[in-house]
Amino acid sequence: MNFTLKIWRQPGRTSAGTFKQYTIDGVAADMSFLEMLDGVNQKLVRGGEDAIAFDSDCREGICGSCGLFINGRAHGPARGVATCELRMRHFTDGEAITVEPWRAKAFPVIKDLVVDRTGFDRIIQAGGYVSVNTGGVPDANAIPVPKHSAEEAMDAAACIGCGACVAACKNGSASLFVAAKISHLALLPQGQAERKDRVTKMVAAMDEEGFGGCSNTYACEAECPKLIPVTTIARMNREFLLAKK
Amino acid sequence: MPTTLNSQIPGGPIEKRWDDHRFSMKLVNPANKRKYHVIVIGTGLAGSSAAATLAELGYRVTVLSFHESPRRAHSIAAQGGINAPKNYQNDGDSVWRLFYDTVKGGDYRARESNVYRLAQVSGSIIDQCVAQGVPFAREYGGLLDNRSFGGAQVSRTFYARGQTGQQLLLGAYQALSKEIAKKRVTFYPRREMLDLVLIDGRARGVVARNMVDGSLESYTGDAVILATGGYGNVFYLSTNAKASNATAIWRAHKRGAFFGNPCYTQIHPTCIPVGSGFQSKLTLMSESLRNDGRIWVPKKAGDARAPGDIPENERDYYLERLYPSFGNLVPRDVASRRAKEMCDNGHGVGTTKLAVYLDFADAIRRNGADWVREKYGNLFDMYHEITGENAYEVPMRIYPAVHYTMGGLWVDYNLMSTIPGMFVLGEANFSDHGANRLGASALMQGLADGYFIIPYTIGNYLASGTFTPAGTDHAAFRDAEKSVAGVTARLLGAKGKKTVEEYHRELGTLMWDNCGMARTAEKLKKALTEIPLLREDFWKNVTVPGSSDDLNGEVERAHRVADYFELAELMVRDALHREESAGGHFREEYQTSEGEAKRDDEKFSYVAAWEFAGTGAEPVLHKEPLAFEYVKPSQRSYK
Ligand SMILES: Cc1cc2nc3c(=O)[nH]c(=O)nc-3n(C[C@H](O)[C@H](O)[C@H](O)COP(=O)(O)OP(=O)(O)OC[C@H]3O[C@@H](n4cnc5c(N)ncnc54)[C@H](O)[C@@H]3O)c2cc1C
Ligand code: FES
Repeated sequence: MNFTLKIWRQPGRTSAGTFKQYTIDGVAADMSFLEMLDGVNQKLVRGGEDAIAFDSDCREGICGSCGLFINGRAHGPARGVATCELRMRHFTDGEAITVEPWRAKAFPVIKDLVVDRTGFDRIIQAGGYVSVNTGGVPDANAIPVPKHSAEEAMDAAACIGCGACVAACKNGSASLFVAAKISHLALLPQGQAERKDRVTKMVAAMDEEGFGGCSNTYACEAECPKLIPVTTIARMNREFLLAKK
Repeated sequence: MPTTLNSQIPGGPIEKRWDDHRFSMKLVNPANKRKYHVIVIGTGLAGSSAAATLAELGYRVTVLSFHESPRRAHSIAAQGGINAPKNYQNDGDSVWRLFYDTVKGGDYRARESNVYRLAQVSGSIIDQCVAQGVPFAREYGGLLDNRSFGGAQVSRTFYARGQTGQQLLLGAYQALSKEIAKKRVTFYPRREMLDLVLIDGRARGVVARNMVDGSLESYTGDAVILATGGYGNVFYLSTNAKASNATAIWRAHKRGAFFGNPCYTQIHPTCIPVGSGFQSKLTLMSESLRNDGRIWVPKKAGDARAPGDIPENERDYYLERLYPSFGNLVPRDVASRRAKEMCDNGHGVGTTKLAVYLDFADAIRRNGADWVREKYGNLFDMYHEITGENAYEVPMRIYPAVHYTMGGLWVDYNLMSTIPGMFVLGEANFSDHGANRLGASALMQGLADGYFIIPYTIGNYLASGTFTPAGTDHAAFRDAEKSVAGVTARLLGAKGKKTVEEYHRELGTLMWDNCGMARTAEKLKKALTEIPLLREDFWKNVTVPGSSDDLNGEVERAHRVADYFELAELMVRDALHREESAGGHFREEYQTSEGEAKRDDEKFSYVAAWEFAGTGAEPVLHKEPLAFEYVKPSQRSYK
């Protein structure tokens, strides 16, 4: 297969960016999207040109490093996969493909397709944990956890922190990311002691980082590679109100 | 630098060694802890757990990672589970049994005392993780569920669907985040350590490259912990994350840390087979699948029929046939070697004929597709996205792939390397798995090292000496920065024709062909002449475009591949010198009549610890003899 690619190039945080056009041929259907981009980069490097910068590491949809806005969609056209898992069989031969970084006020571009998502870390630092130190904890089976609670907590905990929810949202909201962590810990007995404090602090941190508010468009759920449901956001809102009482 | 190895193994009965050792170690009093500053490189399970715990104790901690966030470390990708002998299943498990299984599984090439300690503390890991909110799988009564992994006949593996590493790492990352919030840990993202700094013979800091603006930065402390993961990417294709690399441990090796058992590489039996030349990495299908999947090949060599057309009596479930008591759950080295043998003898399947079937038809018939989906759904989805095949309907095709490195920097019982003040944790050290690691034991080891071992042993080191303040203005930092800048300049200055990627692939193929699953003296000698030639060509002919004062992936990779050339050579030397087969190190010349690994305990019951003697120069071999007082070495049998 052959493709024409329009890729966002931006030398640095403060410099202006533009789209540049590249072509690639001999792409196999089983190739991943990033392997296709590797191919483009190899050509550039052989010609002595600067490679296109993009983040990726595990290449199996779990580390949350990759994240490209492909033809106007976070992680491209397939549902429930991250960019690194996306295969070229989801595109048609000869197609023009536009590739952009996540665009959000809270995710400044560092270079080309690489953005700064450390805002997510700071939200977790605000309270996305259970404050236990190493040692002195009870036996793992001391507190039974109903299977359905554990399963539901796991559904939320599956979030990979890639930021697709933010990129997909017209408000640049991090609600799905934050709600996933709130839900994960609120559903487990271990998360109860700090439940109210956690939601209050994390929501405040989200606002401080410059993420927008949620206006219920559900774009985040549609693009989440781990299919985290928007019901987590409803739970977060409930938790938030309860915490205020 | 020491010329003889002192492993610091305490005496007395093995059950009491760790307790006695903890009691005899010096403590740093609480008020003094904040005067000490520890640098931790890496935020995988080992690094995050260590950094969080040290900060909780009161030490000042600086953490560096080449990742953007601590949560992106490679540990996140672990799928199957983590072992602990809780005996919740009442199936006869105990600390003793986990100890025994691990020493035997490692083919009697691990230190008994370390393994015993690992088994001893592993139960506390599960307690800790549950308290942090790790959502492990549970049974209907609300208690924790377990599954079985290779090399064990009990169910002792705790898991969180197929995302165990992710959940454990998030637990450790959250613990770390809580300490960052308290300002007891300072975290520097996108920093790659490129050199270790020694002052008066002790590790006192590192030089790192800021990967965003390319500047070199110096960090100073009273001790340095490397928790930088494994080096499987020497082979180019592996199940490791793309950026996993050996640079931190290799540069420390060049500064004097001995390298233990570099040739011990684990080839995992159940990975998605190599498709074509553009492939950037290999994908693991968790070992847990062997609980319910059955491995088979057509009995007739060259049988090209679709799997569904091959009747039951024309299939060879070779693991069940050869190893009736462990069946599909034999250890990884055994399962991998047998798969290779089947394919070498013409029984391979798929287009490349380098694959065997992993079939769930029986499990689906027995329990239904939904049952399989609940247990392994995400793995089946991943398989589907990559291969386009539905494994609920056709068997998966799998083949062995490079997965883990048992070798690593040599450490003593305190996890300290041969450089005083430099500790090595997790996959980066050589410690507990001998010549073959059992499934679900790497997560256990990383967290044992970080949560429960280093917090004690580092205190003993810090309390035992006096530290003259060493600021980053010390000349040793300038020297290290100069040396790193020199390497970068050479890489940028070559201005050749071949990309870093091309060299890496070439080296990887060379290593896979000659130092992979089946090694011979002849092939190893061939590699030993070819690697230096390729290395020399690399320095002359590589092209690294762009500048070093910028985010530049080519500069990052060039440094890593430069180190792989040197490490590859050491791996081959080690494999050549070890004239026996043990676990993941299989020398074709040394096998039993039944094709099993044949050890030579008389000559090779030791840890090979190599001392660097200059690039291209023959390294110096030091031997740490291994004593087996409790688990008597025998020919491993899984029949
Ligand atoms: C696909 C897969 C599945 C696995 N499944 C299992 C399983 O089910 N059970 C099990 O027990 N084991 C499993 N393993 C093995 C296990 O995941 C690893 O051995 C373990 O997680 C390694 O942890 P670590 O903390 O030592 O290193 P890593 O998690 O690799 O972390 C390394 C850290 O060091 C940093 N780093 C490295 N070099 C530098 C440098 N020069 N400068 C700055 N930072 C640096 C990185 O940024 C990273 O933060 C699996 C492995 C793979 C590949
Ligand atoms: S590279 Fe890890 S999720 Fe895509």
